[in-house]
This record gives sequence, C-alpha cells and structure tokens, in this order.
Amino acid sequence: MAHGFAMEKRVTFKGMWLPLLLIAPQIVITAVFFFYPAGQAIWQSLFIPDPFGLSMQWVGLGNFEFLLKDPFYRASFVTTAIFSTLVTVVSMGVALYLAVLADRLIKGSGTYRTLLIWPYAVAPAVAGVLWLFMFNTRVGVVTWYLGLLGYDWNHVLNDSEAMGLVVVASAWGRVSYNFLFFLAGLQAIPKSVIEAAAIDGARFWTRFRTIVFPLLSPTTFFLLVVNIIYAFFETFGVIHTITGGGPQQATTILVYKVYSDGFVGQDLGSSAAQSVILLVIVSILTVVQFKYIERRVHY
Amino acid sequence: MAYRKTVAGFVAAAALLGTSSAFAQTEIDFWHAFTGRLGELVAEQVDTFNGSQSDYKIVASHKGNYSETLNAGIAAFRAGEQPHILMVFEVGTATMMGAKGAIKPVFEVMGDGFDQSKYIGSVKGYYTSPDGNMLSLPFNSSTPVLWVNRDKLSEAGIDPDTDMSTWEQVSEVLDQLKAAGVECPMTTAWQSWIHLENFSAYHDTPFATKDNGFAGTDTELAFNSPAQVAHISAMGDWAKDGKFIYAGRRNEGGANFRAGECALFTESSAGYAGIKSEAEFDFEVRPLPYWSAVASEPQNTIIGGASLWVLEGHEAAEYEGVAAFMDFLSSPEIQAKWHQDTGYLPITAEAGDLTRSQGFYEQNPGTDIAVIQMTAKEPTANSKGLRLGSFDQIRGIIDEELEGVWAGDKSAQEALDSAVERGNALLRRFEQSAQ
Repeated sequence: MAHGFAMEKRVTFKGMWLPLLLIAPQIVITAVFFFYPAGQAIWQSLFIPDPFGLSMQWVGLGNFEFLLKDPFYRASFVTTAIFSTLVTVVSMGVALYLAVLADRLIKGSGTYRTLLIWPYAVAPAVAGVLWLFMFNTRVGVVTWYLGLLGYDWNHVLNDSEAMGLVVVASAWGRVSYNFLFFLAGLQAIPKSVIEAAAIDGARFWTRFRTIVFPLLSPTTFFLLVVNIIYAFFETFGVIHTITGGGPQQATTILVYKVYSDGFVGQDLGSSAAQSVILLVIVSILTVVQFKYIERRVHY
Repeated sequence: MAYRKTVAGFVAAAALLGTSSAFAQTEIDFWHAFTGRLGELVAEQVDTFNGSQSDYKIVASHKGNYSETLNAGIAAFRAGEQPHILMVFEVGTATMMGAKGAIKPVFEVMGDGFDQSKYIGSVKGYYTSPDGNMLSLPFNSSTPVLWVNRDKLSEAGIDPDTDMSTWEQVSEVLDQLKAAGVECPMTTAWQSWIHLENFSAYHDTPFATKDNGFAGTDTELAFNSPAQVAHISAMGDWAKDGKFIYAGRRNEGGANFRAGECALFTESSAGYAGIKSEAEFDFEVRPLPYWSAVASEPQNTIIGGASLWVLEGHEAAEYEGVAAFMDFLSSPEIQAKWHQDTGYLPITAEAGDLTRSQGFYEQNPGTDIAVIQMTAKEPTANSKGLRLGSFDQIRGIIDEELEGVWAGDKSAQEALDSAVERGNALLRRFEQSAQ
C-alpha cells in the first residue's frame, strides 16, 4: 500500500549539530566502554608487563606466538566450540519447548511463566555452586540417586561428565531468558493464521513447522546471537565454581583462560592477547550469522 | 574518612576519647584475606594493638580470597592508592619480590634493632632474600601432616597405633583397609603442595633448579626426577585400585574425612580447627610419611599460607607505625595465642616455647607435630621453600597433569614431564617480565 506514495515521510534535520548532539551519548558510551578498553587490550597484547605496571617488555606478536604454539591453548578452541554449541542448543531447545507448552495453557499460565523466569535472577557463580552441591561426588543428592541406579558419577575425573555438568549449569539460567523471548514471539503470531491452518487440516506439528517456527525466526535469530555471546563470555563464573577448567583441561574454555591467566596468574600480556583473539572470533561469528543465517529470517 | 571531617564527628570523637589522640593518630591500612573465625581473630589482634597505644591506628580491610587480595593490592598500587600492609599468599612471593619499587622489604621497615634470628628458620626462610634478610613477615603458616581416623582403622581390624611413618607402611595399611571394604582408604587436599612441593623438600630433592628458584629467575622445574615419579606412580596405582580417592584440586577431600568416610587424609596442619569441631570420631595427627627407599630419614616440610608485605609510597612516620604493628604481631604472647587459636605455626621459637610451657600441647595432643616436623632439621637448599614466578598457574598445570594420572590416562613419568615442560614455558615468560 505504502508503495503508492512517491513522497516518503521522512523527518530531516537542518544542519548537522543537532543530530550529532543527539547521537553523542551513545557514541561516548561506546567509546568509553568498548573502543577504549578494546584498544588498550590490543596495545597491551604487544607487551609482557610486570603486574605492578612498573615496566613493560615489548614483544611484538610474541604473546600471540606463545599462545598459538601451545597445544593446550589450541585445544581450548575445540572445547569452546563444543561448550558454546551445547549451551546454545540446550538452552534454546528447552526454552522453545517450554514456551510452546506455556503458550497453549489457558489456566494458570501466569504462575508457570513466573516460576520459569525465576532462575534468570540467579547469578552464574551461584548457579554453579547450586549444581555443584547436587552433583558433588561424595555428598551430592543427584550423585547419590545415580549411585542407587548403579551409575558412579565422578565429574572430578571424568571429562564428559564435567562438560555435561557445566553445560547444564550454564544453560539452566539461560532457559528463562530465552523462554521469555520465545513466549513473546509466540504470542505475537496472529491466532487467525494458525486457526486457518487448523481448519485446513494441518496438525500441531505441521502448523509448528510451516507457520509458527518460520514466523518465530527473528526471535530465534536474535536469541542465537545473544546466546552464543553469552556462552563465550559470561560463563566463566560457572566454570570457575564447578570445575576450575578441569579435569585436566576438559572444561577450559577461552574466556576462562583469559580470566585465570589475567586475574589469577597476573600474566596481563597473555591475557590481553587472548582477549584480542576472542574479540576477533566473536566478530567473525557475528558477521557470519548476519550474512548467512539472517537471510533465512522472515521479518 | 569523610565523616571524621564533619564538625559533629569531630565533637563526638573528641568527647568520646577525651584527649587529642583522635587527630594525632596515624592510620595504617592493612588488607587481608580472612573471613569467618580467622577474620574475627585478625580483628581481635588489630583491636588489641589499637588499644595498646595511641600513636597509630591499624585499619584492617578484608579484600576477598588470597588471589583477590593480591589483585586488589596490585590494582591499588597502579592507581596510587595502595595500603601500607598487604597479605600475600606464599605462591605470590616471587611476584612480590620481582616488584622492586613497589615493595619495601620488612627488614628495612623494622630498622637497625631488628633481630631476625628469633624467627623460625623454616618459616621465615620462604620469605628471605638470598643474603638471609626477611622481605616480608610470615603471618599464617601451616605444613602438611597425616590425619588419621582411628575408629576407621579399628573397624577394619587394624591397630590404630600402627606405625605409619613411611609410605611403605602406609601402603600396607591401605591394602588392609581396601581388603576390609573401606570405600575411602585415603584422600588428600592440595595435591601439588603436599605430594610434589612438600614431597620434594621432605626427601631433600630439588623441586626446581637454582635452589628452587631462590638463586635466580632463570630456574627450571625439576620435579620429574625418579623420586617424585615413583611417588606419583604409587599414588596412581592406589587410585586405580580404589585405595586413594581423588576429591578435587583444593581441600574438597576435607568434607569426606570430616564426615568419617576416609581413614587417612593428607592435609594442612591448619585443618585442625575444622576437623576438631566436626569430626565425630577419634582422630589423630601424624607426621607426613616419607619413602624409606628414597631417604633414610625425612628432611623438613615447607610451609603454605601467607605473609605480610609492606608497600612503597607512604610517609616515614607511617612506616614507623607498620614496624610497631609487626613488632606487636611477633611478640610471644600474641603469636602463642594465634598458634593455639588457629593451628597455624608460631613464627618465633619463643612463641612455641610459651605454648609448651602453658601446657597446650599436652592438652591437645598432636598439635606440636607440625612444629616438630618443620623445625627438627635445619633447612637445606631443597627444603627452604619455593620461589617461582607464575606459580599459581604452574600449580594449575600440575593439577591438570596429576588428574591425568589419577584417571589412568597418563603414566606418572609422562604427566610430570609434561607439567615440567609447560611450567618451564611460564617461568621463561616470568623471567622476561621481571627484567
């Protein structure tokens, strides 16, 4: 309909000072909280400084060379890929399932929704401790039940069990967040479209596959980007409290290594170089997501 | 403090104290890492000192765990807001020593009349310069011992008084415990500290070259020699047979021991307070075992814990206050009380003697085991302590590699070789940063 009008309704400013002034706060915030620290990380990654800032040794790309030569650092890329994929798939899958169920509820949906949103309020480190208690190899309640079933749970020495535990603990709080967005997305889909399909004889699964899921794709895409960034950057609290990166290096993801080398090891040069590498990876991932996946999104 | 500057505050302070001391006092900042019972005991020491004189006022602040406290101190130094006294755990020693220009050595702060000989050699040794001067003041020091659940041994039909001085004897006890169906014959806390760092000192074997790093930052790790490999290999076999239960990298095993599940437990002597309050069984402290095949008798063990470092950038009068506080902390009465309340080692021989004369060791059998184990022999170059850069991370690497052994993925030799190689890479980086 709008194509009929040749004249666009566009508000324009005279001069350039007012628009600059209006976007200035956003630019200042981005500069102070993103460009400045990112620039400093790039600068620091070229040195080996002493912790107290008394001296700095210029090493050029030496920090990157040191890292990429280390087979344990390279292995942590694979660990990170597995971890992030699992966290994203688990947290989004479960959230979508719960959202579809909650969307169909007629009575008591408010209570369900409130309860499902609660875990989001739990800080990652606290979530880590909660799960750790349940799965503690000696006193954990889940471990005890598994023992009754004849399964000897020991995430302290078993790689896959450790990975499973940190994934579940990281995904748990995230389910709430994703649930909120999925539910809002589902409720925005016009009921008339779904009813029409139902009258045409489409069953629930067909309706979900051909109508609901495609119409939900903007939400899904948004959550995909946000969840991958979450898995990459915000999960170190969980890893720190549950496994400390172990057993061996089974759960040492890239961001955990940034934290432990920088804040525990006081190796600021290596930590800065790792941040730069992470920054590059996430930029590439985001570009790829917008270039290839966003094409399939129907707005 | 801003509120002090307000008139009301001034009047109130003057009214309460009644003298001019309210504004003549020099404030000394002291950042530490203690909470809970230990935090209360530190606060008590500070209050006692503040009450004992009117020139100085110690302001103690808790800054998180050991790593966080060190980080807070470093960040504050970079911002020019550093405290006078900073508590640093023993693995941070090389980092602090390397920070010339940031630290003021304790022997300098204490001045000419400072008698360094009254401090116990194996305690202060960890924190002295190559020429024997104290760079920081040992605050809380402990050393690993063997904790025994006597009831568990009796239940398994073993004489609870059986000799477990050597690992050979412990090995036999583990066999008997396993045969009797005990699910957790032995567990440990702090595996790197006890089974490699202390193991090396106790058997007078180097952990690293250059006198364990005391003689220079160009040190290299050396804990993959036959003695250590044999010990880790034996422990790997015990793990495989279910005689040694690995509970985690820190002191997770403590919960199992205190709950009465485990018969033997290698843990810090400072575990005393926790075990005493929770254990509902007859327990006992024994000296850490040694391998009679490696050494005819044990050397001394080394310490873990923290020391107090003095930071640069304050007024001379304030450093006099720091010296007065450190002198107070070193006094026999304060040290003896600290030693008895916490289970940490006394830092002076006088405090140990005072504790003995008060009858504390008789009333609390085993509490002197750690002191004897530390002081029975004069420390050697291998048993003075460790001074390695990036040591927190090196411990992390050792933890990872040892987990490979306990899981049966690696042999002891492979794991220790790998830990040495990876740790050396970090030592070279530290050497570069400390130039």
